[in-house]
Amino acid sequence: MLRVENISKKYGQFELNDITFQVDKGDYFMLLGPSGAGKSIILEVIAGLIKPDKGSVFIEDIDITKLAIGSRSVGLVFQDLAVFPHLSVYDNIAFPLKRKGVKGQDLKSRVNGLAEEFSISHLIKRNPQNLSGGELQRVALARTLALKPKVLLLDEPLSSIDVQLRAGLKSLLRGINREGQTVIHVTHDYDEAISLGSHVAVVNGGRIVQTGTPVDVFQNPASEFVANFSGIKNFFKGSISDCSEHDLRCFIANGVKIWLYTDEKSSYGYVSFPENSVSISSDNPNSSAINTFQGVIVDIFQQKHGFEVWVDIGIRVAALITWESLERLNLRTGNKVWISVKANAVRYINQA
Amino acid sequence: MPSKLSNRIKNINQEFSWFKLVLSLLGGVLLLFIISPILGMVLATPLESIVSTAAEKEVKESIWLTIWVAMAATLIFAMLSIPLSYLLARHNFPLKRLVLGIIDLPVVIPHSAAGIALLGFMARESVLGKTSSSLGFSFVGTPAGIALAMAFVSVPFLINYAREGFASVPERLEKAALNLGASPARVFFTISLPLAWKSIISGLIMMFARGMSEFGAVIIVAYNPMITPVLIFERFGSFGLKYARPVAVIFIGVCLAVFILVRLIARKENKDA
Repeated sequence: MLRVENISKKYGQFELNDITFQVDKGDYFMLLGPSGAGKSIILEVIAGLIKPDKGSVFIEDIDITKLAIGSRSVGLVFQDLAVFPHLSVYDNIAFPLKRKGVKGQDLKSRVNGLAEEFSISHLIKRNPQNLSGGELQRVALARTLALKPKVLLLDEPLSSIDVQLRAGLKSLLRGINREGQTVIHVTHDYDEAISLGSHVAVVNGGRIVQTGTPVDVFQNPASEFVANFSGIKNFFKGSISDCSEHDLRCFIANGVKIWLYTDEKSSYGYVSFPENSVSISSDNPNSSAINTFQGVIVDIFQQKHGFEVWVDIGIRVAALITWESLERLNLRTGNKVWISVKANAVRYINQA
Repeated sequence: MPSKLSNRIKNINQEFSWFKLVLSLLGGVLLLFIISPILGMVLATPLESIVSTAAEKEVKESIWLTIWVAMAATLIFAMLSIPLSYLLARHNFPLKRLVLGIIDLPVVIPHSAAGIALLGFMARESVLGKTSSSLGFSFVGTPAGIALAMAFVSVPFLINYAREGFASVPERLEKAALNLGASPARVFFTISLPLAWKSIISGLIMMFARGMSEFGAVIIVAYNPMITPVLIFERFGSFGLKYARPVAVIFIGVCLAVFILVRLIARKENKDA
């Protein structure tokens, strides 16, 4: 659908370096990275607002690198939304349609239809100056989607919105994507990337350091940078099941039942828990931890502080232990061991 | 706590201080310096002489001429200045600083010298003079020449105001409009121009006011037909202070009235927009 090939761009001190990735139709593609990583520049290159020094952008196998900005069928929603302050909400949404020659009753009904779709019909006559961040975001989305772009580019769309309203916007974005809209979404927020993205590209220092599904990337971070982004290697996809005990709920990942605290009821998402919250013993520990599993050690790595022991319990879990423990328990690859994780160390991220 | 602190800061600012007194006194002297000559002139001019002068055909004609020529110069040169301002605000190019310097040149050179330069530029032997005479009109001694002289000395105001106006329009809005399918020209007319309008209006008013009050460059290009600043000078030279005063008072009044009127219209337009 969209292919970015070997894009490079020098920008003063900053350099975008050999950016290559591919987004399939209907994907929700996240570009995740710290601020200053070059994520927004990638979006502007795709939109044609910045000319790359090298490389090409393809949409449906057509090279659009040199195409005029307005004829790329790429809709970009800026981080600051760029809702035109001198035009009413109606005129903002009508702006792209008028440029395409939509007129009269047709224009009116299309603008009103979009306003309804984005629940901003009541704001249609208002000036953008006195709208909230969430309302502006909807105006910007309605305006950008008016032309039905093949790819929707979102630059930190949740950053201008109050925390309480983020869940609502997330499900709106998810809904847009479910209807088949291909989305590329830039964020610095790990949770945001996990909860929305079907694919993630981690960007750092003007390069893409890893690409894949959230599970691919965060279960197997290819570099320390990616690992540090989440900080957690124990990262599993699954769903909350209707099994529950007191206020604990259970999450099932590849058949393994993990207990945790959450208010969510039966939904898809991810769980994660830190490596240092996993303890290893040779026998059934009978400890207070409710999550106790038997498994086989599949790998042992030395880390800066201690050793990382990977145990396969149906899913691969990483535990961080000291050298003393490693020696005392005589842990070797292939050993059968027990691991335990406290339920309150397990974090759940809902897939919006 | 913070509110208390800010209250204290406010109190400090409202408290008496010697330094503030000195600032106020110096400022007061300056204001007096501007107001007293004008007020003195108005008070020294008998009302009946103002009334009778205002009725004179020569005076009425000159005021009308001054207003419409300044207006025409402003509007015609706006067509050239506004695009240039946009270019200057949005693009960097070699020798841009030189261009900016050239634009400010009319402000720093003596206006009589500007008049001399312009006279040579539009005289019969010049390219402009030859072209215009072949078309059957002349710049020298005509409203067209007056308009050029007025524009020459006043156009920097418009360019600089408009440039600042365009520069203050966030580039993101223009980029967003491009992304929404607008051509660069459409972006200019639908986004940049409306958003910079306030500054452009201020620039137009400044250029118009400056053009209306121009004397030095105009008198050299066209003594006749006589704009009011030249008429004031002529009456002073031929008949003395007493005869120059009523015209000066009337013209200052007209300038103030026009200035206030244009500002009010501009403010209303901005509110409507």
